[in-house]
Amino acid sequence: MRDVAILGVGINKKWGELWEMSLRDIFVEAALNAVDDAGVDHVDSMYVGCMSSGLFVGQEHLGCLMADYLGINPVPATRVESACASGGAAFRQGFIEVASGTSDIVLVGGVEKMTDVSGDEATYALSAASDMEYEAYHGITFPGLYALMARVHMERYGTTREQLAHVSVKNHKHGSFNPEAQYPFAISVEDVLGSVMVADPLRILDCSPITDGAAAVVLCPLEMARKISKQPLVKVLASAQASDSIALHSRSDLAWLEAVHRAGEKAYKMAGKTPKDIHLAEVHDCFSIAEILALEALSLVEKGKGGQAAESGMTALGGKVPVNTSGGLKSKGHPVGATGVAQVIEITRQLRGSAGDRQVERARTGLTQNMGGTGGSSVVHILEAV
Amino acid sequence: MANPARYWREIPQRYRLEAARCTSCGEISYPPRLACRKCRSRKFESVVLADEGKILTYTITRVGPSQLADLTPYAVGVVELEGGVRIMAQIADCDFEELAIGQRVRLEFRKIQEDGQAGILCYGHKCVPV
Amino acid sequence: MAGIIGYGAYVPRNRIKVEEIAKIWGADAPSYKRGLGLEEKSVPGPDQDTITMSVEAARKALKRAGIDPKEIGAAYVGSESHPYAVKPTGTILAEAIGATPEVHSASFEFACKAGSEAMFVCLCQVESGRIKYGLAVGADTSQGAPGDALEYSAAAGAAAFLFGKENVVAEVNETYSFMTDTPDFWRREYMHYPRHGGRFTGEPAYFKHVLGAGRGLMAKAGMKPQDFNYAVFHQPNGKFPLKAGKTLGFTREQIEVGRLVPKLGNTYSGSSPLGLTAILDVAKPKDRILMVSYGSGAGSDGFIFTVTERIEEVRDKAAKTREMLDNDKVFLDYGTYCKYRGKILTAE
Repeated sequence: MRDVAILGVGINKKWGELWEMSLRDIFVEAALNAVDDAGVDHVDSMYVGCMSSGLFVGQEHLGCLMADYLGINPVPATRVESACASGGAAFRQGFIEVASGTSDIVLVGGVEKMTDVSGDEATYALSAASDMEYEAYHGITFPGLYALMARVHMERYGTTREQLAHVSVKNHKHGSFNPEAQYPFAISVEDVLGSVMVADPLRILDCSPITDGAAAVVLCPLEMARKISKQPLVKVLASAQASDSIALHSRSDLAWLEAVHRAGEKAYKMAGKTPKDIHLAEVHDCFSIAEILALEALSLVEKGKGGQAAESGMTALGGKVPVNTSGGLKSKGHPVGATGVAQVIEITRQLRGSAGDRQVERARTGLTQNMGGTGGSSVVHILEAV
Repeated sequence: MANPARYWREIPQRYRLEAARCTSCGEISYPPRLACRKCRSRKFESVVLADEGKILTYTITRVGPSQLADLTPYAVGVVELEGGVRIMAQIADCDFEELAIGQRVRLEFRKIQEDGQAGILCYGHKCVPV
Repeated sequence: MAGIIGYGAYVPRNRIKVEEIAKIWGADAPSYKRGLGLEEKSVPGPDQDTITMSVEAARKALKRAGIDPKEIGAAYVGSESHPYAVKPTGTILAEAIGATPEVHSASFEFACKAGSEAMFVCLCQVESGRIKYGLAVGADTSQGAPGDALEYSAAAGAAAFLFGKENVVAEVNETYSFMTDTPDFWRREYMHYPRHGGRFTGEPAYFKHVLGAGRGLMAKAGMKPQDFNYAVFHQPNGKFPLKAGKTLGFTREQIEVGRLVPKLGNTYSGSSPLGLTAILDVAKPKDRILMVSYGSGAGSDGFIFTVTERIEEVRDKAAKTREMLDNDKVFLDYGTYCKYRGKILTAE
């Protein structure tokens, strides 16, 4: 297996409700930015992460479509899907293709166009990440599923409503330094606690938004990057993925993300690192509680103590382990298929030292955690500055 | 939205709570599967789930799908039935203030969805407080 | 002798008081309560209908009968609010209780006596020996037009009876039916609410048929009111069954146990059947019960039952009707009631 480096990164200009841009436009804009950042004139293969172009815009065959519109036919191009972990899973496939020696330059992009359907239809499309016959059939929504987990966590560990709010507040603070974010402004704990209740105890400001957006990276062997890279080198130290039951009620522990834990453990092992070696992380805060659960599953905090992380400042910029300096899914936005790739981009920028106002001092080793549904799939990557 | 064949296929599970118990390790699969989740054996015997249990966790859906507007807000929870099997189900006829983890409930036959004015009606079970 | 081998009832928990409805329409609640002999009525949730209530009532009947549902030869539901106009309520009921596939079914309709018609047909099938057990349910979630007098009483409930020849808890001694073409209350196909003939629904309709059936039944059986412990009549409001019973010669005491309407409302096809279940919940062996239903259009079915020793063994195996009526009630305001009953026009 060869060492793999990230040669280029690109995000489309801004994430949000992009009325004037279609699915293909958004992806191509991000991909072209990544290709420019990489300074390459060709790619050997492409992966496109997207949760549900079929339900959102009635379009399948995305690998083919994007390769066509990017002008890179006849290169092989494949769509990867793992619900909200589609981007991370696509990145992992790209990593494997380079690491295995199958291809040299691989473009990995993630995209989601969520605003060409009504709110109801978007909710339905997102619910397809759950068990349609035995969860969604009964009227449970995604905020509802995470609310079920939150309630157990609060009852068992004493996690408070305020502690959940602090996650959103922190991520918005970070996002206010990110010009590409959908909601680049700060909010307060009072704002969160006073926002509309969506599914007790989660409120609208505990929930990531509906977003159009795309993100892309170019991967190549580290040896090639050493020769041609125009940017500081970033190596993919580990790539791991794990699965768990699709239905929340099938899990033995309703307040624990086993797939995240397993993927994390495999990643640490592959990287030869421990949680203490992680300087910063981008985790999947689809809901405030999700960040808390992810930190515990990744052993970045002790099990049950996740609620204290944001509240205490441990995971803020300037804290012990800054988490979601990009603004996270909450402030940056959550175009589902793009998220996993965007997480990799944030860490890459941090490791390159080009994160501007969000820069974490002396960042050398970063972790990304992307997750599908209520944790039925999770992908973890560890990146290091070379 | 509700396809007749797809709905009809799940009737034994939704109406009669039919499940499958692995004859190797005893794990109950609801709905029945082809391979046991625990031990991957392929041999099962038919069982029926208990109709009483307790709430493991719950939430009150205040923003839900528009087809459930007449019911909103409604409570949903993970319920552990006698015998250990867990299901997702709405909790009907309940006082939201009195919902609690550990609360005892029983299953009652209810209409779960309806496909507009002209489509099929979909039934199943919801929980009610005991 | 054939008869009821198991019975069960279902009443939804929601209620709305007469005052709450009167308030909206500017009616004088106390005089409506007096005039109708009615205080509150049951309201089904948006997730409840004739099918769901029939299943729950039938499950209780099965618990009391203690039989294998696969031996049920017919499952009929009588209602004027079948959820499907084409596709019998009984198909879903039979599937849910495990009676399929060797079972007859059809939806019965005869306004408020659809349930008692189903009972009669099941009884006959069992008596003839064609089927071993028959399940008959009377259930309704009927609607009253907003602001109409019937809105105060149109309620929801279900009563289920399993008929058989062995282990009978209430033998059927006699039956009788009295029917004429009387357009007192009707609903045309595709119309949402029924219409009625106002005061015409009294003497020429309800009373003519209930009294006709009551007298005809007792004459056929050679019995008098004093021979009975209980009498239950169709209950569109609190007053009609009292007047009918009195006219036939029954006492208030004989009528009161089965007269559920003041706190339940008119459950249409479930009306006299639910009253019967409430009587079976307390009746003693050898007690005699007279039941006369009424369905607009119009007709009445009469039954005479004799309770057996076995009632005491099975009675406690499921929830009793009065318990369901009196406990765990949830009172609704008119707005919630309208939302639950689909009376509010929402955008397409």
